[in-house]
Amino acid sequence: MVVSETLILAILQAVLVMALAPLLTGIVRKTKAGLQRRRGASIFQPYRDIARLMRKETIISHDASWIFTAAPTFILAATWVAATLVPTFAQTPGLAPIADLIVIVGLLAAARFALALAGLDIGTAFGGLGASREMLFATVAEPAMLMIIFGLSLIAGTTRLAEIAATVQATVPGLHISLMLAFVGLAMLAVVENGRIPVDNPATHLELTMVHEAMILEYSGRHLGLIELAQALKLLLYVSLIAVVFIPWGLAPAGSTLLAYGLGFGVYLIKLVVAAKLLAFFEIAGAKMRVFRVPQFAGVALMLALLAVLLLFVSRSF
Amino acid sequence: MDTLTVAHFLAGSLVLLSFSLLYQDRLPPLINTFAAQSLVLALAIGWQAETQHAPHLLITAAIEFGFKTVLIPLVLTWIIRNLKIHRTVEIVVGVGPTILAGMALVGLAMALMMRATPGIGVLARQDLVFALSVVLLGMLMMVTRRNAVSQVIGFMSIENGLVLAATGAKGMPFVVETSVAFSVLIALIVTGIFLFRIRERFDSMDVAVIDQFRGER
Repeated sequence: MVVSETLILAILQAVLVMALAPLLTGIVRKTKAGLQRRRGASIFQPYRDIARLMRKETIISHDASWIFTAAPTFILAATWVAATLVPTFAQTPGLAPIADLIVIVGLLAAARFALALAGLDIGTAFGGLGASREMLFATVAEPAMLMIIFGLSLIAGTTRLAEIAATVQATVPGLHISLMLAFVGLAMLAVVENGRIPVDNPATHLELTMVHEAMILEYSGRHLGLIELAQALKLLLYVSLIAVVFIPWGLAPAGSTLLAYGLGFGVYLIKLVVAAKLLAFFEIAGAKMRVFRVPQFAGVALMLALLAVLLLFVSRSF
Repeated sequence: MDTLTVAHFLAGSLVLLSFSLLYQDRLPPLINTFAAQSLVLALAIGWQAETQHAPHLLITAAIEFGFKTVLIPLVLTWIIRNLKIHRTVEIVVGVGPTILAGMALVGLAMALMMRATPGIGVLARQDLVFALSVVLLGMLMMVTRRNAVSQVIGFMSIENGLVLAATGAKGMPFVVETSVAFSVLIALIVTGIFLFRIRERFDSMDVAVIDQFRGER
């Protein structure tokens, strides 16, 4: 493996996640529309939305401090780095030493902190309400995430994504209850973190129960575009994370041929489309739950993760 | 697929279903979850029969399936329909604290069994850990619930844990297993009568009402 190839892979990975993120959101929206017997916008609509927002005038409240204007850039940067660290179509040896699950959680927590701070900064009621709810959910969701990471590190002996993926790749698919519990837990957390339907409705701006949209209500123009891009990236990140940890088959190993990389890319695209369809289906199938039930929902994820860890202690089979 | 993985999977699912029993706050889903737990238990016993080459365990599995997966849930559904309490949402102590207490109990079961059974095989040990967890979670359910029907279900799930422990141990006499199964059935009949009686007497399924009762007419 030459240095230039490592570098090219890392850059390609960074460009790829940014390029595919709006597409994933587009596919979810299109599928949802189809399931509701609507025609829906094209799957490329999120690209157009973001491009339009980038061109539009940015309006900033008189009361906003520098935090309000700096937050979108920071959120996008942190989320982009986190999304780049998750291997998508191939192992990225250049990023592997820092592609640690705890680093990713830390970056996402920093982005969440910035968003909540920005929500509080302009001093409207909605912003503070959204920020307080976001933090309420995070107090349960983050321990659950760390517990899942703990379980995975018991299995693989490391918290580095590349090695976890390699460990899971080497096992025979079958009845691994700890992995299954961790999978369900992580899928529930992905729903909580991305504000998808049982927790928050990403399509509404009019509900008193909204969380994410409440925090970004005051944003417009370029800032809103950056935040929407970060949101799409976060969804892609969680899908990639679940794919790389629990279904890593098809991931091209480092230093393989161009054909193998192409194949890995194809498999990754299939995984994304399947995940988008499943997410849309689950969003259609359920109703939004009460805000105060969400910590319970995240608590179930915590319970599943803890159970997975406890089961690992009893016997070595996972 | 090796035997240990399957046994681990089934026993782990039993503990998971015990947790989801704690999570339910409406009676019909509670009964369905209990039926699911008994079904998984029957499968686990069937798997034990396969791995231990003990055909009499298949009869135990059949009894488990017939009684606890089919008969008892049907009877309980019939009872709550007749008492017209199938729509009530039970006031539980609070799902969050209950689940946390449950996790602490599972940790306790694990710590205890790891220390108490250093010499025995992995399969038997993991069965014992899970069985003790199911028993403790069933007890927790009986403590935290106020509705008599869910206390009955808590009791039955304790018995599920006992059966899991019994079948994990080699050489458990068949007579003991059948008599345990029948005693559960008798317990169902007794609790059924009890349920109708307290309903008739206090107009409620809440056992807290009994605390005030001093025997006056």
